[in-house]
Amino acid sequence: MNLDSIIDFQDVSKSFGKVTAVDQVSFDIKRGEFFSLLGPSGCGKTTLLRMVAGFEVPSSGEIQIDGQPMSVSPPNQRPVNMVFQNYAIFPHLNVRGNIAFGMRKSGMRKSELDQRIDEILELIKLPGYGQRAAHELSGGQRQRVALARALIKEPKVLLLDEPLGALDKKLREQMQIELRQLQKKLDITFLFVTHDQEEALTLSDRIAVMSEGKVLEIAEPNELYESPSSRFVADFIGAMNFFEGRVISQDSSKVSIATNLLGDVITTCKKRFPVGTRVWVAIRPEKLIPQFNKPELEGTHLKGTMAASAYLGDRSHFYVHINNKEEPVLVAMQNLERSTTAVQASQNVWLRWSNSAAIILERN
Amino acid sequence: MTANKPWWRPDGFYVYAVLYLTFIYLPVLFLPLFSFNDSKYIAFPLKGFTLQWYSEMINNPSMLNALANSVKIGLVVAILSTIFGLLAAKAVTRYRLPGRGPIVGFIMIPLVIPEIILGISLLILISLANIPLSLLTVGFAHLLLCIPFSMLVLVSRMEGFDRSMEEAGLDLGENAWMTFWRVTFPIVLPGIVASLLLTFTISFDEFVLAFFLSSIEPTLPVYIWSSLRFPSKLPATLALGATIFLISFVIVTFAEWVRRRGVRLESTSGI
Repeated sequence: MNLDSIIDFQDVSKSFGKVTAVDQVSFDIKRGEFFSLLGPSGCGKTTLLRMVAGFEVPSSGEIQIDGQPMSVSPPNQRPVNMVFQNYAIFPHLNVRGNIAFGMRKSGMRKSELDQRIDEILELIKLPGYGQRAAHELSGGQRQRVALARALIKEPKVLLLDEPLGALDKKLREQMQIELRQLQKKLDITFLFVTHDQEEALTLSDRIAVMSEGKVLEIAEPNELYESPSSRFVADFIGAMNFFEGRVISQDSSKVSIATNLLGDVITTCKKRFPVGTRVWVAIRPEKLIPQFNKPELEGTHLKGTMAASAYLGDRSHFYVHINNKEEPVLVAMQNLERSTTAVQASQNVWLRWSNSAAIILERN
Repeated sequence: MTANKPWWRPDGFYVYAVLYLTFIYLPVLFLPLFSFNDSKYIAFPLKGFTLQWYSEMINNPSMLNALANSVKIGLVVAILSTIFGLLAAKAVTRYRLPGRGPIVGFIMIPLVIPEIILGISLLILISLANIPLSLLTVGFAHLLLCIPFSMLVLVSRMEGFDRSMEEAGLDLGENAWMTFWRVTFPIVLPGIVASLLLTFTISFDEFVLAFFLSSIEPTLPVYIWSSLRFPSKLPATLALGATIFLISFVIVTFAEWVRRRGVRLESTSGI
């Protein structure tokens, strides 16, 4: 058992009838970490979280929290607390009553508890809101109360089940920053469930990407984005262009891939592939750099025609046909200068990229 | 729709509403009217104002005894049926219950069986089992009748609030029992109050089952029915009827007010 780990999943599976929601998951979460479970809906991330909270019991395997096996402990005897997706603020209690709910058995004196509640109201930036009724709170305020109610218990791990999903975009971004600051300040491990990849990248120290009950990859945000280990992860996190290719040669530092569309690609790759292996060459849309004038040097650029474009304010998305038989390639361009000229459909465009932008992934 | 229209130029809907309310309430209003009328005969023209029938009502021990019987049965039935209704509602809404549909249907059957059929069947069953008729048998029948009403009220209440409230209670350190008392019960309370008042009223007003299943100890509706045969007793019965009408009206209005208040709290606390 690793002393650094606060939660240890050991071969955890959960089935509901014939459906396997979580399929032999093993990994650990480190003390003080902001850890996210990321995946499309139905991937098993919420079930995994609910097993940590104790609302579901694993069909097999064991979950240890701080070294203690937890599979048979009821939710009220676990050193974790949860922020629910819809906050689950008790409607019959005011803010103070909600926050004090879990402190009945704390043994604190009334004055001590009152002071503690005032401190935590300060912490969540709702000082003076103690007497507010539950139905008088806005969505963002409910979220803060739900946080306070869980944090006052000083859990070893705070579980968050898509807590920002119900908030509008601006408020969500603000809460993301506050959550992150709160987590660093309190030094509590956060286990965060989300389907929003941007949110996961913004908040997390590490992210576990889940699909169909399995954990596909666990990595830090930039590694997940820049060097994903599988096509699913590359596709799920951000947008990605995939090109079919075949390995020509590989030495200690470089690998050469022959592709139909891009020509020969030479890039770095940690993985070893035998010559002839079918692979994907993956390039992020923002790493394809478009230009609309014919380049001076031939052969350094890929020529295509514009199939469609979308103007998004801070950036533009272009869908470029390199070869009409293939899917168009997505190109993202930052709109660094003010421009009022629209891009014409079917106009020529030349793309360039640096070799290091290409990611090599296994293709079956 | 017709907010600016003067009231003295009503449209079709207005006339319809007035006729409807008249049809419902006019006969009922004769009760209090004649209960204050200084005549043994229930006929126009009215004679004069009197409280004689009310004092006769109060000085009639067998009538008051019947009233006490009805209140006793009503209270016990209201409490028991609400407890059973609450347990059933919790089972139906909170657990994965195999055969949920048929079970609920089975509990709801007394709602659709004519009371006279229910009364006869129970009478046959009870005499076959050699159980003597008493207030107990009436109470049992009323319980049967009231549980589905109680369950209807409470199921809608239980379904109306989020299950994660109860999970939050567990998550914050309370066991299932304390979570029920500290979370479920207060949230369902308006439904419980509504159920208590509704089932009390149903039991209190119920005649057919009580008629079949009571022995020498009548409930109030049975007593009233039996006293209708004696014209001299009728005005006092009217006084009692007016009193019951007033009490029922107050109770049902209060129940509805509590229920709506609960619904409003719930809806304003939605996200």
